[in-house]
Amino acid sequence: MSVCLVVDDSRVIRKLAIRMLNDLEIETCEARNGAEALKHCMTAMPDIILLDWNMPILDGMGFLKRLRAMKVPVQPKVLFCTTESEFTRISAAIAEGADEYIMKPFDEDVLASKLRLIDAI
Amino acid sequence: MESQDFIFLAGLLKTQSGLALTMDKTYLLNSRLQPVAEQYGLKTISELIARMRATLTPQLRQDVVEAMTTNETSFFRDVKPFEHLKDHVLPELLERRKQRRQLRILCAAASSGQEPYSIAMLMAEQSARLAGWNVEILGIDLDTRILKRAEEGVYSQFEVQRGLPVQMMVKYFDERPNQTWAIKPQIRKMVRYRQCNLLHPFADLGQFDIIFCRNVLIYFDHPTKRDVLDRLDGQLARDGFLFLGGAETVIDVTQRFVSSLHRGAYTPRPATETVRAVA
Repeated sequence: MSVCLVVDDSRVIRKLAIRMLNDLEIETCEARNGAEALKHCMTAMPDIILLDWNMPILDGMGFLKRLRAMKVPVQPKVLFCTTESEFTRISAAIAEGADEYIMKPFDEDVLASKLRLIDAI
Repeated sequence: MESQDFIFLAGLLKTQSGLALTMDKTYLLNSRLQPVAEQYGLKTISELIARMRATLTPQLRQDVVEAMTTNETSFFRDVKPFEHLKDHVLPELLERRKQRRQLRILCAAASSGQEPYSIAMLMAEQSARLAGWNVEILGIDLDTRILKRAEEGVYSQFEVQRGLPVQMMVKYFDERPNQTWAIKPQIRKMVRYRQCNLLHPFADLGQFDIIFCRNVLIYFDHPTKRDVLDRLDGQLARDGFLFLGGAETVIDVTQRFVSSLHRGAYTPRPATETVRAVA
């Protein structure tokens, strides 16, 4: 079973995403910002990361740059999940190595569709 | 709903759209026809049916039929058919048509355009192989309002996130106000749309190399399925391919098609046998 790290400073969004992911039979763990997520990845690298953009301490883009610079056998799939929906932001995320991009608000259909696109379900 | 009203509506939908309405779908009538009743200044569906019985204008008939039509769709729906198209069907047809360098593709339930535009994007991704080729994609649908949406090619944030890889979204869509996304003109221009009822003759559409007729037949009864499939066979090149929906098949419906080597597609049955299809 795949493991997804949910990174979002909103407890409500984390809870909602975790419920949706569990419904799709994906195990979950969580972090409140990019710094917490990095610590998590250093001890146990997840298969998938659902990543918010705007967070305190270390934001989503900062985290992604550091993650992609890590020397690991297998890089996780990263899905941005954010209210940032401008074309330039999305293009920048792809350029930094995001595998998929979810524009909030989202529902289980959208999440499942994006997970299928990265072969996670 | 009174049973005679149900019979009246079921009969109308069957003759106009082929939709086989059963009693367990009564809830659909309520949810979809109430807005039509209100549009005509009527309070209830019973009043709407009374109006239809009294004076069934072509516009009212069309509004009711279109309201009952299911337009569920998404980009690259079910994924596999598009992979088969790209990896197997297209290379095969490019080889067979290398002299004529022309491909005609029909989407026989274009809805709001996601399927024909998915095919158009797939073709655009193959632009190097298709240089000098004339690729025509025709989308047809019964519903004129949904075809207008398809022609516009503007989609909500939810719609562009269902089935469409983000890399393709940024490549083939332009950001628009109010969290909408418009398909780029170069892709939009690859698709033509035309109102067409599959129950009526459609021989004038000409012959196609590939026909997508997905998630339409499921709404038809058995004789209507056979009739539509047999007439689609008449519009398909003898070495062409027919794609049906995941829950649809030709088995026990018609002998005109056989499963192709590519899963989910059918080809016309060779003349030496009797007919053919792709699955």
